Amino acid sequence: MSSDVRFTDFKSDKQPTWCPGCGDFGTMNGMMKALAETGNSPDDTFVVAGIGCSGKIGTYMHAYALHGVHGRALPVGTGVKLANPDLEVMVAGGDGDGYSIGAGHFVHAVRRNVDMTYVVMDNRIYGLTKGQASPTSREDFETSTTPGGPQQPPVNPLALAFASGATFIAQSFSSDALRHQEIVQKAIEHDGFGFVNVFSPCVTFNDVDTYDYFRDSLVDLQDEGHDPTDREAAKEKILEADKEYMGVIWQDEDASSYEDTHNVDTNMSEIPDGAPEDGMDLVREFY
Amino acid sequence: MAEDFNWAIGGEAGDGINSTGKIFAQALSRAGRHVFTSKDFASRIRGGYTAYKVRTSVDDVQSVVDRLDLLVALTQRTIDENLDELHDDSAIIYDGERSWEADVPEEMFAIDVPLKSLAEEAGGAIMRNIVALGAACELADFPIENLDEALEKRFGGKGEKIVENNKEAARLGQEYVQEEYANVSTDSFDFSLETTDADYVLLNGDEAIGMGAIAAGCRFYAGYPITPATDVMEYLKGRIEHFGGQVVQAEDELSAINMALGAARAGARSMTATSGPGIDLMTETFGLVATSETPLVIADVMRSGPSTGMPTKQEQGDLNMALYGGHGEIPRFVVAPTTIDECFWKTVEAFNLAEKYQVPVYLLADLALAVTEQTFSPEAFDMDAVEVDRGRVVDEDDIDEWLDEEGRFQPHAATEDGISPRAFPGTEKGAHMSTGLEHNALGRRTEEKSVRLEQVEKRQRKVETAQEREDWDVREYGDADADNLVISWGSNEGALVEALDLMDDDLDVRVLSVPYIFPRPDLTEDVQNADETIVVECNATGQFADLIEHDVLERVQRVNKYDGVRYKADELAADITERLEGQA
Ligand SMILES: Cc1ncc(C[n+]2csc(CCOP(=O)(O)OP(=O)(O)O)c2C)c(N)n1
Ligand code: SF4
Ligand SMILES: [Mg+2]
Repeated sequence: MSSDVRFTDFKSDKQPTWCPGCGDFGTMNGMMKALAETGNSPDDTFVVAGIGCSGKIGTYMHAYALHGVHGRALPVGTGVKLANPDLEVMVAGGDGDGYSIGAGHFVHAVRRNVDMTYVVMDNRIYGLTKGQASPTSREDFETSTTPGGPQQPPVNPLALAFASGATFIAQSFSSDALRHQEIVQKAIEHDGFGFVNVFSPCVTFNDVDTYDYFRDSLVDLQDEGHDPTDREAAKEKILEADKEYMGVIWQDEDASSYEDTHNVDTNMSEIPDGAPEDGMDLVREFY
Repeated sequence: MAEDFNWAIGGEAGDGINSTGKIFAQALSRAGRHVFTSKDFASRIRGGYTAYKVRTSVDDVQSVVDRLDLLVALTQRTIDENLDELHDDSAIIYDGERSWEADVPEEMFAIDVPLKSLAEEAGGAIMRNIVALGAACELADFPIENLDEALEKRFGGKGEKIVENNKEAARLGQEYVQEEYANVSTDSFDFSLETTDADYVLLNGDEAIGMGAIAAGCRFYAGYPITPATDVMEYLKGRIEHFGGQVVQAEDELSAINMALGAARAGARSMTATSGPGIDLMTETFGLVATSETPLVIADVMRSGPSTGMPTKQEQGDLNMALYGGHGEIPRFVVAPTTIDECFWKTVEAFNLAEKYQVPVYLLADLALAVTEQTFSPEAFDMDAVEVDRGRVVDEDDIDEWLDEEGRFQPHAATEDGISPRAFPGTEKGAHMSTGLEHNALGRRTEEKSVRLEQVEKRQRKVETAQEREDWDVREYGDADADNLVISWGSNEGALVEALDLMDDDLDVRVLSVPYIFPRPDLTEDVQNADETIVVECNATGQFADLIEHDVLERVQRVNKYDGVRYKADELAADITERLEGQA
C-alpha cells in the first residue's frame, strides 16, 4: 500500500529509556513499520499501552494514545474501537500485563473479536519491577520472588487464545525485524482480533530466554509449509510442548468481527446539539 | 388531598409478582391516576418473599406510606410481613383452594377467590395473578377497562388470543367478587378509584437515567450486571443502537470502566453504571480517568453495603466512597438526583459537567429511586429543553492555537480556567498521549516539581471555575422563613415533602433537598439562620451531615435510617416531629 506516511512519523520525539539491547526497540519498530505499511497515519491511529517496560511504548510512539492502568489495556482498546471504528487500534503490553493481571480481559477480548491488534511484548519476566517471575517464566527460573523457580507450569498464551475462540494467533521475535513486521502487518489486516505474542527479550533480568535462545530454538512456520487456516494443524503446533514457533499459526478468515455482528459503524463523537429529534418517542414508550 | 389507595401483591420470588404489580400500576396510570410503586424483594430468583406495592391517588404521590388497604397474598408470609401496614378495614385477597390455610386477622376482610381454578377456566393457571387483579378492580371500584389496556400493552406482542384470555381471567375474578363479596364495599372498605383525562408516563429511576443518557448524546455504555443498576443497561440495550450507540456487557467492572474510558477518549459521550461492589472495582481506574482528564459519567445506584451487604435493600452509604474513593487527590464531581424525573435531568447535566470540566462525574442514585415507578406528565421529560455542551473541543480549524512551538498538541495545557482543549482522535495535528503518570501539558510523563505543581493546581482550578460558572441549586420546600431546617439528599425528598403535610402546623419547617454533593451549594447561612438543623439520610453515620458540619463549622442533628428500607412519609414526619419537639 502506498501512502505518504513514513514509519518514522509514528515515532515521538521522546527518546526511549529502555535498556540498550532491550527487545522492545525491535518490537516497536516493527509495529510502526506495519502501521505505516498498512496505510495508517498517526492522526487515525490509537495506541493503548499497558504498564511495564513494554507499556512505555505509548510514550515513544506518536499517535493518539493512552497509557492506562496495569492489565486493562484491552478493554480500553475495545472502547476506542467501538466508539470510532474508523480508527486503527493497536494495543500493546507485557506478559505480566496481559497474562497475569489482565488475563481475564485477554480471554474475553479474544472471544469478542473486535477488529484491533494486540501485541504482547513477552520477555518472560517482570521487567519494570526489576525481575520477578511472570506467568510465562519457566518453571525453574530463579528470581528474587521465586528463588527456587515458580514451580508452576508457564501459561501457554497461544493455547489460552485458541481455547478462547481466537480468530488470529501469531508469534514473532523482535530481532527478526522483517518477519516480525510482516506478522504484525497480517494481524492488522485481519478482520477481527489480531493477537501476536512477540518474544521481546529482557537483557537485564532474563538470562535464560535470551536472543541466543530464541534464535537457536524458534522454528519459522513459513519454512514448515504450515497452513494457518488448518485448524487441526494449528492446534497441534500450539500444544506442542518442546518446540516454539514463529509465524501466523491460526487464522479463521471466515469469522465475523464484533463490528459485523453488532452493526458497529458509527463515529460516536458526532452527536446533535440537543436531544435526538425523535426523543419524545422514548418518553411516550412509558405511557 | 384526595384519598389515596394502597395496594400490594406479594408472594414468592418467581410468582410473577413484579410483572403483575406493574400491570396494575400501568392500568392506574392509563386511567389518569398518579402512581408510586415500591418493591420488597429478595435477590433470589425463586423462593423468598417479594411484594410489589402501589400507592395511587388522583393527586401527585411521591412517597410510600405505612398503610395497606388491599393486599393480594399468594403466601401466608405475605400477610405476616405486612401486618404492621394492614389495618382493621384492610381487605386481603387469597386463594383458599391452595394448600396453605390463610390466617387473615379477624377484623379484616378475607376475600377468598379460587384464583387458580378461575384462571384455568380462562385458559391457564398461569393467569391466576390476573384473576386477582380483576378481583382487586371490583373491590376498589376501579373500571376494569383500564386493566384491559394494560393487559394489551403487556401481552400484545404475544398475540390476540393471550390478550383475550387475560381479559377473561380478569373478568372472572371481577365477577366472582361481585357475586360472593357484594357486601364488602358497602362495609367500611369503601374505595372508588376515579379516573381522569390526564396522560401520564410511568417509569423508574434507572429508566430515567438511561433515557437521560440517550437524550444527552451518550452513545456508549459498558457495564456488568448488578442489582439495582442493571435496569439502566437493559433500558439502553435495544434503544441506544437506534441512535448509533452500543451497549457492551463487559467481563467485569474493571473492564466496563476501561471500555467506557476508551470510548470517551475516542470522543463518545460514554458511561457505565453499577452499584457498590462494582464501584470498588472501578475505583482502580477512577484515578486514571480523572488525571487523564477524561469526561466520564459513572452511575452508582447505591444499595446496602458493605461487601455484598443487602443487595436488594436501600441505602445511601457510598457518599464518602464517591467523594474520596481512590488513592491520591484528584477532583471529581458528585451529583445525586433526588427524584425520578431528576434522574433524567441530572444525567443530562452530568454529561455536560463531565465534558465542560473534563472530569469523571459520579451520578449517585439510590435503590429507592432505581426500582420505584412513578407517574409523570410527559412534559417532565421535555426533550426540547435538553442542552448539550461539549466544552472545549477543538477541530482542525482551531487546533493551531493549542500547539506548542514545536507543533505538538497540548491536551493538558495549563489554562487560566484550568480547562484544556480536547482533540478527538482523527483530528489532524491532534495526536497526543495521555497517561496515569503525572504529566506535562503534552501528556508526557514528568516528575519535575514545577510541572507537578502546575498540573495539580490546574486540575484543582477546574473546580473553582465550575463553582463560579454553574448554578448549584437546591430544591426548597416548606416555609422559607421557618426556624427549623431539614436538609436531605437523594431519594428522601419525596417522603420529606409529603411529611411536611403530615406534621403539625405549629412545627414550622423548611426543607432543602440537595442534588449536588461536590461541588455543592454553600448552606452556611441557611444553617446559621435556623434554630435547628436536621440532616436526613439513609445511612448509619450521617455522611452528608458530616459535610454540612465541615462547611458550616456547626453541629447539626442527624436522622438516619439504615434498616434497608426507604423512608416513608408518615415515618419521617414522626421522626422529625420527635426531634423538634424533644428540642422545644
Ligand atoms: C495494580 C498494580 N500492581 C502492581 C504494579 C507494579 N507493576 C508495574 S509493571 C508490573 C509488571 C510488569 O511486567 P510485564 O507486564 O511483563 O511488563 P514488562 O515490564 O516486562 O515489559 C508490575 C507488577 C502496578 N503498576 N499496578
Ligand atoms: S529491564 Fe528488561 S524489559 Fe525493561 S527495558 Fe530493560 S531490558 Fe527492557
Ligand atoms: Mg514482561
